[in-house]
Amino acid sequence: MTMAAGRGERVQEQERGKFAVRVLVHFKDGVLDPQGQAVRGALHALGYEGAENVRVGKVIDFELAARDRATAERTAEEICRRLLANPVMEKYEFSLREAGTPAEGAGADASTEARAPAGVEAGAVATTPPGRSRE
Amino acid sequence: MSRGRVGVVIFPGSNCDQDVLWALEELGFEAVRVWHGSMRLSGLDALVLPGGFSYGDYLRAGAIARFSPVMQAVTAWAEKGLPILGICNGFQILCEAGVLPGALLPNVSRHFQCEPVHVRVENVSTPFTRGIPAGRVLRLPIAHAQGRYFAPPEVLAALERNGQVVFRYTSAAGERAAAANPNGSLNDIAGICNPAGNVVGLMPHPERAVHRSLGGEDGRLIFLSLAEVLATVM
Repeated sequence: MTMAAGRGERVQEQERGKFAVRVLVHFKDGVLDPQGQAVRGALHALGYEGAENVRVGKVIDFELAARDRATAERTAEEICRRLLANPVMEKYEFSLREAGTPAEGAGADASTEARAPAGVEAGAVATTPPGRSRE
Repeated sequence: MSRGRVGVVIFPGSNCDQDVLWALEELGFEAVRVWHGSMRLSGLDALVLPGGFSYGDYLRAGAIARFSPVMQAVTAWAEKGLPILGICNGFQILCEAGVLPGALLPNVSRHFQCEPVHVRVENVSTPFTRGIPAGRVLRLPIAHAQGRYFAPPEVLAALERNGQVVFRYTSAAGERAAAANPNGSLNDIAGICNPAGNVVGLMPHPERAVHRSLGGEDGRLIFLSLAEVLATVM
């Protein structure tokens, strides 16, 4: 990569926020989940007979660069609907938080730094706003 | 004289493409490889999306392959009414792409199942079943971990009402029975078509049953139906 190209990317990063997105995908209620049934069986075999309605889902984490929070939420919603979950049989929810300042390089730029909420280190789990859920 | 020029779409992770190419050639078609990066499908009479594990079945079977460049052309083909057959992973990809309704979920058994099954032909007006007598039972192999056909109740009802169920799991005698359904598919569905009937998807592998040495020849009927249809068109 040339210096110029690297610099161009950095400029773009200054103008955008970075958001950490966590997506949970599960089968919709009523859709048979054989994996969940197997886990339930194992729990009962271990004596946890109170464990019921076991549903196994997927967690998908990613970082998303976006102009602002509202844009990031809209994009995350679209990503869930188009690829991460199949609305035919799956439901999803996601939570989104501002990611910390990148560890190297761009961290020197004041405008990027300003994006990180006070007291939140890069990678730390910030207070999660209410998750959005769609079926 | 070729019975028609059939494209076999190869995705990264397809692994039944060679079997389909061989079966088509064995039955007198000209079989052409189509790479998933292709944007155009020209000079072909029909398409087959073969089985395998496109993109490692990551996320969901067929979920990533459906965004391959070739899928735009496949979708356009489907809308034009040209014959498309999706086998196993090919069926899963067509469902993920919304070309066919519903989805294929993990087998109830939680196992990868590789065994011969029986399916009854329910719709004989598709290009892949036109030459088969209605109600004929075919013995075909399955090989999948995610073959449980699922669709919401209203979609399922519409499929039944429109005659879009093409193949149903039955006993060898053609009787529906829980024991004859290998994966927990709703309504014992093994294969369906789109409303126009030109796109057919099924979980069993007809290309693995086209020669006595493979343990069965019933799969030939599906490809020979296509030959019959292409012969009348051409």
